Amino acid sequence: MNSLEEILARDEDELLTGWLQAQVAAGVRREDLIAEEVLRRECSGLLRAFRDAIAQDHSGDITGPAWQSMRETLTTLSGTRAHQGFSPVEVATFMFTLKQPIERRLRQALGRSPERLLEDVQLTNALLDRIGLLTVAAAQKVREAIIVRQREEMIELSTPVVTLWEGILALPLIGTLDSERTQVVMETLLQRIVETTSTIAILDITGVPTVDTLVAQHLLRTVTAARLMGADCIISGIRPQIAQTIVHLGVQLGDVITKASLADAFAVALQRRGLTVVRRQTAEA
Amino acid sequence: MERIPILKIGNLLLVTIQVDLYDRMAEQLQEDLSLAVVRSHARGVLIDISALELVDSFIGRMLGSIAAVSLVLDATTVLVGMRPAVAITLVELGLALPGVHTALNVEMGMELLRHVNDARR
Repeated sequence: MNSLEEILARDEDELLTGWLQAQVAAGVRREDLIAEEVLRRECSGLLRAFRDAIAQDHSGDITGPAWQSMRETLTTLSGTRAHQGFSPVEVATFMFTLKQPIERRLRQALGRSPERLLEDVQLTNALLDRIGLLTVAAAQKVREAIIVRQREEMIELSTPVVTLWEGILALPLIGTLDSERTQVVMETLLQRIVETTSTIAILDITGVPTVDTLVAQHLLRTVTAARLMGADCIISGIRPQIAQTIVHLGVQLGDVITKASLADAFAVALQRRGLTVVRRQTAEA
Repeated sequence: MERIPILKIGNLLLVTIQVDLYDRMAEQLQEDLSLAVVRSHARGVLIDISALELVDSFIGRMLGSIAAVSLVLDATTVLVGMRPAVAITLVELGLALPGVHTALNVEMGMELLRHVNDARR
């Protein structure tokens, strides 16, 4: 049994206290995200798992079977931490701070044998470095999954198709239009056109911050697809800057009707459907 | 090979495509339709593609040329009931079929034909 193993077995309490203090000192304690009791329990568990793994395999490599249980615990922990709001750096630093109490104890125990001290310190570093990297990778993966899911939810939420009047649909677009989103927009709109047998769809782009050639092409493709099905589109909500950009880019709008405001587009749509808005003659009593 | 039936309603020809249209069939349809337009003196052709789930570039171009041929023979073609997936495919293939009239269903298609032919008189 080497000194590292001995220390982990014998001095667990001291190491635990030292680790918690080191986390505070490194600024990764995050009392707002995790309670003292929970943290203590997690750290004790990790120390014990660390000790068990080293007892079987002190090669410095954590890919072996002896480290499987620890790897799984760490991956789950990193995932939980990522969900709680810790950054991948904070999760890794949490593991790195364990080096300090361990090295302090090693120095006390092996001060007179520098060779062995160096060996054990190197082993500690190698193990905790690899463990830290594993936690970063795991936390990163979870964060990416969260971002992907939020993006999907946002895409769903931001393409509502509303019926303005019989046969007249409006699609207020909010946010940037990329290829994936436009595909969803197009499919949603076309489906609704069939469901409601609407002959006019107003694509309002007031909420679209920038229009470049790609966005314009996406919009025009949607308009063309709707026309093939038997519905006409009007593009509204074009801001002055966007209008200038469209002209500068040389985008050919062809015979697509464009209006500055949704109201103007609606007026055209009503006219197309043979409808007129009339003000009542009799005064309100 | 089955041929797609062409029905005559007044001075209008109605074609309903119920099966997946493959190349030879589409060519045959164009031939049969041109003959039918001339024989019946039809002013309008309604092609119902609401049952068509897939198209490829050949069929897309065929639909376009059927419309063009009918127009030369003085009949307006309206394509009705195109499914969203088919519309998206045609757009992605770059086949916007300009000049081809379209409508959401047969009823709207017939009304469109009335308008167009009145204007052309």
